[in-house]
Amino acid sequence: MISIQSITKKYNHGPTLTFPDWIIQDEEQWLLLGASGSGKSTLLNIISGLLKPDSGEIKINGTDIYSLPLKDMDRFRGQSIGIVFQKPHLIKSLDIFDNIALASSLAGLKINKSRVMTLLESLGLAEKRKNFPDELSQGQLQRVSIARALINNPSLLIADEPTSSLDDENAENVISILTEQAAGNHASLVIATHDKRVRNRVSKEYLL
Amino acid sequence: MNILKLSTKNLLRNKLTTFLNIILVAFGVAILSILFLASTQIGNKLERNARDIDLVVGAKGSPLQLILSSIYHIDFPTGNIPAKDALELMQNPMVKRAVPLALGDNYEGHRIVGTDSGFVSLYDLKLGNGKFWAKDLEATIGSTVAAESKLKIGDKFFGAHGLSDASDEHKQHAYTVSGILQPQGNVTDNLILTNIGSVYKMHEPEHDENEKHHEEINNKEITSILIQYRSPMSVVIFPRMVNQSTNMQAASPAMESARLFSLIGVGIETLKWFAILIMAISALSVFISLYNAMKEKKYDLAVMRCLGASKPKLFFLVMIEGLLITVSGAILGLLLGHLALQIIGFYQESSQARLTGLYFVADELYLIIAGLVIGVVASIIPALQTYRVDIARTLSKDK
Ligand SMILES: Nc1ncnc2c1ncn2[C@@H]1O[C@H](COP(=O)(O)OP(=O)(O)OP(=O)(O)O)[C@@H](O)[C@H]1O
Ligand SMILES: [Mg+2]
Repeated sequence: MISIQSITKKYNHGPTLTFPDWIIQDEEQWLLLGASGSGKSTLLNIISGLLKPDSGEIKINGTDIYSLPLKDMDRFRGQSIGIVFQKPHLIKSLDIFDNIALASSLAGLKINKSRVMTLLESLGLAEKRKNFPDELSQGQLQRVSIARALINNPSLLIADEPTSSLDDENAENVISILTEQAAGNHASLVIATHDKRVRNRVSKEYLL
Repeated sequence: MNILKLSTKNLLRNKLTTFLNIILVAFGVAILSILFLASTQIGNKLERNARDIDLVVGAKGSPLQLILSSIYHIDFPTGNIPAKDALELMQNPMVKRAVPLALGDNYEGHRIVGTDSGFVSLYDLKLGNGKFWAKDLEATIGSTVAAESKLKIGDKFFGAHGLSDASDEHKQHAYTVSGILQPQGNVTDNLILTNIGSVYKMHEPEHDENEKHHEEINNKEITSILIQYRSPMSVVIFPRMVNQSTNMQAASPAMESARLFSLIGVGIETLKWFAILIMAISALSVFISLYNAMKEKKYDLAVMRCLGASKPKLFFLVMIEGLLITVSGAILGLLLGHLALQIIGFYQESSQARLTGLYFVADELYLIIAGLVIGVVASIIPALQTYRVDIARTLSKDK
């Protein structure tokens, strides 16, 4: 369970962003909606421990994540939060398999080769495992980044505008994959978007 | 997957830049290692060959030339001195040991030295095989001579006039190899030793020669004398006495070697600074490459932070990339340096001063350390940048 309470954040030279309280139960799937500039990315960064809020509290399974020492928070994020960005952001010098395996070793976990392969297979990428990122299409890359987010069995899967640079077919695909994989891996899911194509796929909505 | 593997893969991605940087570091290190190796080897050789010799007396001329020809056997002698005068000097009470040398012939480039048994004790020579020369035309050869000429005990050979080429052989008399020396690690490895009488015999006129030649033989001449003093006090008086009261000149190996070294030293110093300049340029180049790569790598680093990598880990990731370049450059440079020296040694003409690449000096360890230091200096600023990457901002912005 994730609980967010009276969070505020003010950037330099910007307005103070305030966020309504929010509770996400295990395995729930949510949409995070709001106009551009309303603070969707900011909130997701706060939830994933990348951006310290000015006030308020965020607890994941009872732990106040910003009370953890920096190193523990990094490890916590690596092990229990999977993040999918608007752009796939894969490491160019590593092949697809290694890109996914890297997520395990950076989180301090053992590389589970068969899990990497199962994930790649379920995303239709098994035969691309030896290819490098610049040899794949945008849609394929986005799927790889989903596999990377899921490799450590996170309890929370976060996606920030995962579809905005994809065409209709790929966007449809990515949303299906996110919802199915989150359910299949027993992870909660939060998708931040202002993409109308996503609206009818997930029922719970959190509005900014 | 550890950071070492990740760094290597990153470097392999930019093969050309990586290669260029490694080569730059390697060049600097190679030049320095050649300098280190060559100067210690030359220094060692100079020292070892002149170890127990306090003074060389020979014909007037350049003192350096006298030392080079009589101790290192590289240059031509300054001329000859009358045997009579030499003998007088050898019996001077200040002299503990004096060894006469008669030079002038060679066999396949190895110098034939006419001398007496004092030479054996002066250089502390040990026989490997056979015996020392005793009669006229017997010769004891150095280990390198034996290896290169394939001469064995009992073999006969003809000496040739001059100090290096074989155009003018003394066909009327053949030397017989009576013994072969153990390797001594100094110039005697390259010499053929015989008695002075043999050298005279070579130059005896055939019977139809003219009067003038006869005269020369009667007033016998030698090339030089190697002298050990009885007491160190003689250092001041004895050379002055020789230079002023006789027609000969005295030269001190220690002084001339030091002079020679200070002449070479200028060149070595210049090369050294040149190599250090190359190393500095390589450090700058590694720095610029890493710094430029940071712009692109910012995304990778931010992603890795999201995936759970701590800041120190990413710091080391960048540091290791720099260190991999400079340390492998340093190792490659050492290999190149040794290889170059081995090749130089192979093509060197004078076997007396031959250099080898199969020789290591402690200073080379400093070159590896220098590689590490350059790596650290070049990568510390880019690596520190990893601490400043704003992950949230980097990743939520469109690239
Ligand atoms: N690093 C930053 N420094 C200063 N201001 C920032 C920074 N990041 C975001 N902001 C500001 O904070 C507000 C919220 O930004 P945020 O990126 O969270 O919005 P968003 O809802 O994700 O927008 P979009 O839909 O365009 O992605 C905006 O006004 C933005 O200009
Ligand atoms: Mg956003």
